[in-house]
Amino acid sequence: MNPTASPTTSRSLAMKRIRPGRIVIWTILFIGGLLMVTPLLFMFSTSFKTAAQVYDLRLIPAAPTLDNYIRVLSDGRFLRWFLNSSFIAITVTLSNVFFDSLVGYTLAKFRFRGRYLIFIAILSTLMIPTEMLVIPWYLMSANLGWLDSYWGIMFPGMMTAFGTFLMKQFFETIPDDFLEAARIDGLNEFTIWWRVAMPLVTPALSALAIFTFLGNWTAFFWPLIVTTSQELYTLPIGLSSFAVEQAIQWEMIMTGAALATLPTLLVFLLLQRYIVRGVMLAGLKG
Amino acid sequence: MATITLRNLVKSYGKTDVIHGINLEVADGEFVVFVGPSGCGKSTTLRMIAGLEEVSGGEILIGDRVVNELDPKTRNIAMVFQNYAIYPHLTVRQNIAFGLYTSTLSKEQKAAKVSEAGAMLGLEPLLDRRPSDLSGGQRQRVAIGRAMVRDPAAFLFDEPLSNLDAQLRAQMRIEIKALHQRLGTTIAYVTHDQVEAMTMADRIVVMRDGHILQSGAPMEIYDNPVDVFTARFIGTPSMNVLPVVEEGGVMRPADPGTVLAGIRPHDLLVGEAGAGASLSLAGRVTAVEPLGPETLVHFEVAGKPVIATAPARQAPAIGAEVVAHAQPGRVHLFDVATQKSLPRR
Ligand SMILES: Nc1ncnc2c1ncn2[C@@H]1O[C@H](COP(=O)(O)OP(=O)(O)O)[C@@H](O)[C@H]1O
Ligand SMILES: [Mg+2]
Repeated sequence: MNPTASPTTSRSLAMKRIRPGRIVIWTILFIGGLLMVTPLLFMFSTSFKTAAQVYDLRLIPAAPTLDNYIRVLSDGRFLRWFLNSSFIAITVTLSNVFFDSLVGYTLAKFRFRGRYLIFIAILSTLMIPTEMLVIPWYLMSANLGWLDSYWGIMFPGMMTAFGTFLMKQFFETIPDDFLEAARIDGLNEFTIWWRVAMPLVTPALSALAIFTFLGNWTAFFWPLIVTTSQELYTLPIGLSSFAVEQAIQWEMIMTGAALATLPTLLVFLLLQRYIVRGVMLAGLKG
Repeated sequence: MATITLRNLVKSYGKTDVIHGINLEVADGEFVVFVGPSGCGKSTTLRMIAGLEEVSGGEILIGDRVVNELDPKTRNIAMVFQNYAIYPHLTVRQNIAFGLYTSTLSKEQKAAKVSEAGAMLGLEPLLDRRPSDLSGGQRQRVAIGRAMVRDPAAFLFDEPLSNLDAQLRAQMRIEIKALHQRLGTTIAYVTHDQVEAMTMADRIVVMRDGHILQSGAPMEIYDNPVDVFTARFIGTPSMNVLPVVEEGGVMRPADPGTVLAGIRPHDLLVGEAGAGASLSLAGRVTAVEPLGPETLVHFEVAGKPVIATAPARQAPAIGAEVVAHAQPGRVHLFDVATQKSLPRR
């Protein structure tokens, strides 16, 4: 029972013989990586170019300039959209973390009539494509006066079937003893969920939070439909409106896009560990 | 401190009854061990006492209060679970303090109680560690600490030692027993391991299929089991039970017999018959197990396996023909049809 034994052996094995298969795989991965990174690099590169240089495809701009950034950031609208996106993504993420896990926990740990039916009903919504929902959402928002409001943008995502399903699967792995011990100690059901069950599923929670945040940060379709006034645009909508406003200004679009990408990149870099684990968990469990 | 009383306690899941109206009185400060094979309803009974499982019929009293409808927390009991139920995200100290979650004591008083429990259980140097750094035995002690700080009216244990290795189990048996002696609190303890039951209990309650077969002091049950099941369940190795016929005060194996004879391996001695053995069994040795002070000798009588004892250094070889004898008074008798105990011979 030596936990370090097997990784050590496999590593030394890998070092001993580098098989041709490996070389092929690494090459494919390298090319794949390059294909993924190139557009990103061009985006950053273009954001440092002047309008005249945009079609000069050198990766390192001949005369790098910060003018684009100064122009974008001094345009109050960009900051506004950035804040809109942040507010919406954060609110929706918090809401999902809270409600998805609350419902998931209830479905996983309580026996009540109709439990299975509710679970199936929630799951079945996963089979309806967003495109089909957009019109009902729109009509509903129009009737309720939610068009062109933060709530209008956010309400479809405040809870998700996938998040509920994910959290249910995780709460099911918690032994009942953990919860019953707390029950005997006198905690009420809400506190048991919050103080005992939630800390035990933090890997799943972080995965859910990361995916929800990123999904909402980059959301385009629904925010585009539901908003009309510029003050309510999210960053992706704002940037696309940038693009069509006048003659297409690629260097400005790329600057905005680069700024919009920063939080995403930051999330990935800082939370890499959780994301990898989250993808694995979601893959295994979901 | 409190008594626990079960009156015609019934539990059903849907249409199936799993507890069939059991009656039991646990005295204040008594250490009662529920023992029986897996699935006989021990946990269900304990969980009903704890309030984790609804009562389908009958009554549970803690002290002189009927608690059927009370929440677990208001019953003032503490429970220790098989997999410890200590929280990996909290330190040992925080885990123990969880027992005081609803307590109205001041912060200092709570801290003092946690330290006191930690000291009593030898957990002092570990108080700021996480459960993942602890061994199984230490985790179980944390769980006990968490139960202790509550000063409960009774402790309930559900197979608390099942996840430990044999050596640690033996050690924890003694620790829990010592703890009981020191605290004097009523304990209801569930196990499927008859050794735990024998070594720890003031009183053993033998259960089977949702019924209580017998309850009594360990040696009382060992000496006077009410039926074949209890006789074979309590004591290792299990009692030999085989049909016999009786002729002139001497029994000999026969199938079908007029009565079932039960002889504990310890009472069935290989070798010369002393004066007037009441039962002699002969057969060919199939296995020998030297235990040190004595050796277990397995042989077959009319195709039925029998275990006898031989002195350590006079064990027969495998394949040898042996005769083993039981002295008068060492043979338990059971009715062939009902399997119930008859007066001993
Ligand atoms: N939630 C349940 N639903 C249906 N049957 C159950 C449930 N829990 C336990 N049982 C049944 O009750 C019987 C007693 O179980 P249990 O008390 O756990 O046994 P033990 O602890 O003695 O091994 C078993 O036959 C088991 O299958
Ligand atoms: Mg059990």
